[in-house]
Amino acid sequence: MQKNESSISFLEKQFQEKINNDIKIEPKDWMPEAYRNNLIRQMSQHAHSEIIGMQPEGNWVLRAPTLRAKKILLAKIQDEAGHGLYLYSATETLGIDRKEMIEQLQQGKAKYSSIFNYPTLNWADIGAVGWLVDGAAIVNQTMLARGSYGPYSRAMLRICKEEGFHQRQGYEIMAKMMAGNASQKEMAQDSLNRWWEPSLMMFGPHDSESTHSEQSMKWKIKVESNDNLRQRFINKTVDQAHHIGLTIPDKNLTYNKETRNWEISPINWEEFWNVVKGNGPCNRQRIAHHTKYHNEGQWVREAALVFAKKEMEIQ
Amino acid sequence: MNSTNNALYNYCLRLADNNLILGQRLAEWCSQGPTLEEDLALTNISLDLIGQAESFYEFATTFTEANCTADDLAFLRSEREFVNNVLVEQPNGDFAYTIMKQFLFSTFAKHLYTALANSSNQTICGLATKGLKEVNYHYMHSSQWLIRLGNGTDKSKEKIQFAANDLWCFTKDMFEMNSVDTLLIEQNITINLSTIYTPWKNDIEQVFKIATIDLPTDTNKIIGGIKGIHTEHLGHILCEMQYLQRAHPGAKW
Ligand SMILES: [Fe+2]
Ligand SMILES: [Fe+2]
Repeated sequence: MQKNESSISFLEKQFQEKINNDIKIEPKDWMPEAYRNNLIRQMSQHAHSEIIGMQPEGNWVLRAPTLRAKKILLAKIQDEAGHGLYLYSATETLGIDRKEMIEQLQQGKAKYSSIFNYPTLNWADIGAVGWLVDGAAIVNQTMLARGSYGPYSRAMLRICKEEGFHQRQGYEIMAKMMAGNASQKEMAQDSLNRWWEPSLMMFGPHDSESTHSEQSMKWKIKVESNDNLRQRFINKTVDQAHHIGLTIPDKNLTYNKETRNWEISPINWEEFWNVVKGNGPCNRQRIAHHTKYHNEGQWVREAALVFAKKEMEIQ
Repeated sequence: MNSTNNALYNYCLRLADNNLILGQRLAEWCSQGPTLEEDLALTNISLDLIGQAESFYEFATTFTEANCTADDLAFLRSEREFVNNVLVEQPNGDFAYTIMKQFLFSTFAKHLYTALANSSNQTICGLATKGLKEVNYHYMHSSQWLIRLGNGTDKSKEKIQFAANDLWCFTKDMFEMNSVDTLLIEQNITINLSTIYTPWKNDIEQVFKIATIDLPTDTNKIIGGIKGIHTEHLGHILCEMQYLQRAHPGAKW
């Protein structure tokens, strides 16, 4: 018993040293169970976000206003599905399978990014999602690419390249609408008004309130604080908004010359937690949609399995 | 417009409309596929088809007034002006139904593009050659699923057989011709569609045989696509697809 305990503490020490020296942890390496579980939680949540995010964007695929816009949106959603697939595989290296992760999602045991619990109500929302949501994702994922778990870090590097394209196409939609007629401008501004605060919430609660932050930083699952990342996003985005004539929906927005930061009003965390708890405008809709089509596809997956077995028997 | 140009314009619209409407239908599968992989596959085919549609519309605009764009042709024509075949506008139904629809069309497109790759018109020839690579993949993807479903479970077999029976009456429309064809056939720009009917049917028979499903015996034929006579479904597809362009005339997106 005693020997066992000391061997674990030895392994833990070794593990932490590796992390301190920026050596990536690989699937076969020893890792504390809490590290593994923390990563499973975070990576599967990330994978689910890619997949659930297909819904609000898919909501406009059939109504995209030009052939070019339709092609770009379809391609973008495909990228997100690809990210989801890739992240599910990366998470599987930690000893959980996709089926189980999907069950957790559908049972509400696993979360996904709360931003996707808001509806896409006009075409400009497709612009806002690309510009703000993918824009925030880039800031976050660039940080995650420096994380300690090898498969996750590599997945982030790969995915970030595509997110850049997503962000640009979203901003382009906004810019075009701001250069358009009065109702297009109105749609664009309306869209920013609705998506601005939720996109700031994507970085999570203030570091002082964040339950997983401290341990995650020690293990380098994340390497920068939520508030830092949020500020970087705000500074980048405010300038982009002004550049095309959009107004940030915050009366207290001020530029601090000393810190060179844009300062904002306090964020409405009550709303954030309310949506996290499942009471956002689309929480139920998103999971019901996922579950419905997953169940409807059951007979197809079954048929493919039976066919594959028959094929094996013949060979 | 001289008569050849007029015929070419109409012919391009047919090719473009078929691709666009089927592409639009496939896009409905976005986030609804039976697996993530299949969600990707179906929307990828959709993307191919919409790309092909765009190319054919762009070629069509070379025969129109200077300021007409591919988007004008896609988003500002009404249901009686669309000349796609009635097969492609049929609702997706379940996965088997979508696969069957895709298979029947892709087999047709495969033979048509193979023939058009020898067109005396360089643009048609180029677009068909390029499109053929994609269409070959669509044919492969749909025929493999057809075989899988036919040889899978009782339920999947029943569904794929139902789809074949139900969609069969719309297949004859793909081989309909009018004066546009007559004129373009004379100049070796296109082909007599009756020459690809037998190769099309042979492919269908062959794959159905491997899939152990029966060739439908339905003699009903629902035709009219190239005359702009459609089923009731098309109007609804256009309503949704054209909504923004119609609601904001002249806006740039
Ligand atoms: Fe993504
Ligand atoms: Fe993205």
